[in-house]
Amino acid sequence: MTKLQNAIVGGVRAVLGHVPASWLPGGTPDPLIDKRVALGRQQSRVDGPDKVRGAAQFAAEVPMDDLLYAAFVHSTIARGNIADLDVSAAEAAPGVALVMTYRNTPKLGVPPTVGLTNLKAAGNHTLPIMQDPEIRWNGQVVAVVLAETREQADHAATLVRVRYASAPARTRFEEGKNSAYTPESILVERNRLDKGDARRKLAEAAFKVDAVYKTPWENHNPIEPHAATIVWRDGKLIVHDATQMINATAGSLAKVFGLKADEVHVSSPYVGGGFGAKAMWDHQILGAAAAKLAGRPVRVTLSRASMHRLVGGRMRTEQRVALGADAEGRLKALLHHGYGVKPRHSVCDEGFSLTGRSLYASESFDVVQHYVDLDLLANSFMRGPGETPGTFAIECAMDELAHALGMDPIELRRRNAATRDAVSGAPHSQNAMMEAYDLGAARIGWSRRTAEPGSRREGEWLIGMGCASGTFPFTRMPGTSARITIDGNGDAHVASAAHEMGMGTATVQRQHAADRLGLPLDRVTVTIGDSSLPFASFAGGSSQTASLAAAVSAASGKLAVQLMRLAGNDTPLAGLKPSEVEFADGGLRSVDDPARHESFTSILRRAGRSELSAIGESGAPLEILKFSMHSTSAIFCELRVSDVTGEIRVDRLVGAFDCGRILNAKTAASQFKGGMIMGLGMALTEETLLDERTGRIMSTSLADYHVPVHLDVPDIDVLWTDIPDPRAPLGARGIGEIGTTGVAAAIANAVFNATGKRLRDLPLTLDKLI
Amino acid sequence: MRTFEYIRAADRADAVARARRGARFLGGGTNIVDLLRQNVEQASELVDVSRLDGAIRQSDGGGLLIDASVRNAALAAHPLVRRRYPVLSRALLAGASAQIRNMATVGGNILQRTRCMYFYDVEGARCNKRQPGTGCDALDGFNRYHAILGASDQCVATHPSDMCVALAMLDALIHLSGPDGKRSIRLTDFHVLPNASPHIETVLKPGELITGVELPPPSDAVTHSEYRKVRDRSSYAFALISVAGGLALTDGRVTEARIALGGVAARPWRAARAEAALIGVAPTEEAFLAAIREELADAQPLSGNAFKIVLVERTVVALLAALAGAHQ
Repeated sequence: MTKLQNAIVGGVRAVLGHVPASWLPGGTPDPLIDKRVALGRQQSRVDGPDKVRGAAQFAAEVPMDDLLYAAFVHSTIARGNIADLDVSAAEAAPGVALVMTYRNTPKLGVPPTVGLTNLKAAGNHTLPIMQDPEIRWNGQVVAVVLAETREQADHAATLVRVRYASAPARTRFEEGKNSAYTPESILVERNRLDKGDARRKLAEAAFKVDAVYKTPWENHNPIEPHAATIVWRDGKLIVHDATQMINATAGSLAKVFGLKADEVHVSSPYVGGGFGAKAMWDHQILGAAAAKLAGRPVRVTLSRASMHRLVGGRMRTEQRVALGADAEGRLKALLHHGYGVKPRHSVCDEGFSLTGRSLYASESFDVVQHYVDLDLLANSFMRGPGETPGTFAIECAMDELAHALGMDPIELRRRNAATRDAVSGAPHSQNAMMEAYDLGAARIGWSRRTAEPGSRREGEWLIGMGCASGTFPFTRMPGTSARITIDGNGDAHVASAAHEMGMGTATVQRQHAADRLGLPLDRVTVTIGDSSLPFASFAGGSSQTASLAAAVSAASGKLAVQLMRLAGNDTPLAGLKPSEVEFADGGLRSVDDPARHESFTSILRRAGRSELSAIGESGAPLEILKFSMHSTSAIFCELRVSDVTGEIRVDRLVGAFDCGRILNAKTAASQFKGGMIMGLGMALTEETLLDERTGRIMSTSLADYHVPVHLDVPDIDVLWTDIPDPRAPLGARGIGEIGTTGVAAAIANAVFNATGKRLRDLPLTLDKLI
Repeated sequence: MRTFEYIRAADRADAVARARRGARFLGGGTNIVDLLRQNVEQASELVDVSRLDGAIRQSDGGGLLIDASVRNAALAAHPLVRRRYPVLSRALLAGASAQIRNMATVGGNILQRTRCMYFYDVEGARCNKRQPGTGCDALDGFNRYHAILGASDQCVATHPSDMCVALAMLDALIHLSGPDGKRSIRLTDFHVLPNASPHIETVLKPGELITGVELPPPSDAVTHSEYRKVRDRSSYAFALISVAGGLALTDGRVTEARIALGGVAARPWRAARAEAALIGVAPTEEAFLAAIREELADAQPLSGNAFKIVLVERTVVALLAALAGAHQ
């Protein structure tokens, strides 16, 4: 399958190489790219007031009569079988309505797995869900308890007695490396890249670095734990979920329960943080199965511990990067080999080895990544998958190379900045990474940096500065659609089954629709977050804004056609073709003669219509096959390291981003800063503690899994080039994930500058520095 | 969570009587509620002692009497504590979060239990402290936070309190009230090392209630004292190690040294050997290092915490050097 995929993608790319760029999306420049009415200005989030007031209803808050609460019992071995199961005490406990185990779970299909080819698929692993007594990872659910209250369910769950027959389990990374497998492709890229005789060029290079970088397993910790309120009504399954995959979840649940697509309804208007975590895992499926069995609605709210045992995170990686350069610092060879833990039942790639293929103009490449198959919880996507661990390795290696060359690390990047994709030769749609470096360097005061490590000191504190590039590819999802309805007052209402995890989805599309339709902001509403709305793909890959923008834009085009048809001949617009009119002042007007205008209300009134709707769809993202489209960034850090205790205190972070046009300064700044704080956590503290003896995660609380606290988070400056990408809808590439990339490398590089110690193993805890 | 009775104690005698019949004391609940929720501990009755006397007052001898129900936040902010026992205020503020300090009581802080991950993993891990005789998964597991002093092959857990490290340094007395009457005991004798019975953590007798803590009048070394906590993030993390130190100098010689260590043992560790080694010597970094090395001579690092020995050495030396510098 993946060989076939490689062939298809390669074939389409080859064909598109000959297709004129003007035929592809963005071929005709979007007039909104240069306009600054609502878009490009700061706007507060439309969902903000309701969230502050507590009026926004999250999945675990949906009121429902006759509700039962679920608690999960998790396996305590990594591999084997349930030998003996006693649920009698749990069943007899107060308030218990149902104890569901593999013995009485309804037959459940395996959900179709998440991917780019099936937008109605959300499965994160391929294992059967409580269908047999087999145990496949430590933490797998072995029983679901339903009770009248959450407390009763939790208590009864402790009374379920399970005796296991253990089998040998593969839980050790080092041992797993020996039997690692090598996939044909990573996402849509061929895995192995061997271009330009990299091994020879590396051997002959005047300067080289060759080192191994390690990043740990990281668990998701959104502020809102996973939750779903689930009810079966008249044979239909209704799920109030916390998800960034509304339609994929609905489609998958339909397959699991043998329902028609329209027999599953998923609603998720608000999500308390996604980051890749808020997808479909076993809890929605088990909750729906238990609700069916009990004949009552069920609320599932995962405890932090259950989240850590059931919701996969970022895979552990070990990456070797070797760089060879000539005396001027020009890259002659880039080698990037690595291992990541992806059990065979996992479906999510962590394409860390893709990072170095697009950032720099190396003469040759030798790139491949391998997966370690262990008996563990499936890995999944976490903010900036691939590039987040990938930039740690590549960008630390670049810093090491700069040091070996005696060259400023920004200058090294400048000399290697790619003018087109170094591997495919495809032109950039837009790229100004070095402008981002210039902006960031000026903001942090890079000229204050001393190149000699360990040369700045204040008392016991050694002070250092570091920088690193961040990068994340542009993605636009096909199949995302949006409906625009113009009502009798001439107001516009946009609807799509898109997702709001706190980043400002509706806010920005409201700005977009207002500008697109020539309306003031207060005459536009946006409704998202429900599978009954026009189909949208998942919110992932930093693709949602671009995909929605393309859909809204397409809908507006159809709307113009329909309005012209309705307008007929008795209109100032008579005789004009749809291509000769534009939206303005609450209606349509002639492009050539702005005096010829008719308002929406007038057109609708004359036609005897109370409203008019049009649905548009985001088409195939052919632009990403023709052009090299990546957001980039320059991350800067200034920090102190105690030479007594090894403690690191980050004093400043600056992120300068080149992501095309910024649509809303306020929501964009939040996205960038939030991403950078996740990068800070990755650098300093975050690590899933897996006890390799048992395959058991030990860090299942926020006390043991350390995310940054306020005191760890420094002053963060974010700025951007704000140069529109002509190939991206609205000129904007995605910004949701790039903030996390590059941060850990910038911090590790600053630690080297402060101390002279090169740490290549995250997190940078103090024991590694003393 | 199992159901339990909640009763607010009428007075100390009522609390003690209930505890003798099996009730558990409830202070701020910042630890025991977690322990109950996670099924690490069970209780059929909780007797709330957090509303019993909560005063801080001077003792007859010029020291300080602190009722057990005083909240951590109130103790840290008390003018007498800040002026005369700065190390205690600093230690308290280094612990937990503002919200937790607002709830946590002095008595509860002393009795809080280890944060060893295996201790809390009721379903999946072995723990001699939680279930005597089952084994210790921390011995060869994650033991980065664990003990380097006074541990046994049965248990390597540490006591997590910051406040207690300062109290150990201050020669604090714990006042107890029990079925057999009242008694007092030095804080450094209150917690016991694990040996073969790590589930026994203190010398408390059944039904005994901590009623208060008494601080002796501050000596010169206490007035010149400091607390330094070293941890994995800037706040809301338990100590990898911590040091409470105080120094008195006369004519360029150490006349009094007080050192207590946190995060190294099942109890706050008063470094008596190091203190003795410093009396009469010149306050140099070499002397401080030699002294703390004497204290750590018996240290036994585990697979994941050998760094603690170096960390203690460096932190003690830096803290004492800063104190000596401030004297001059």
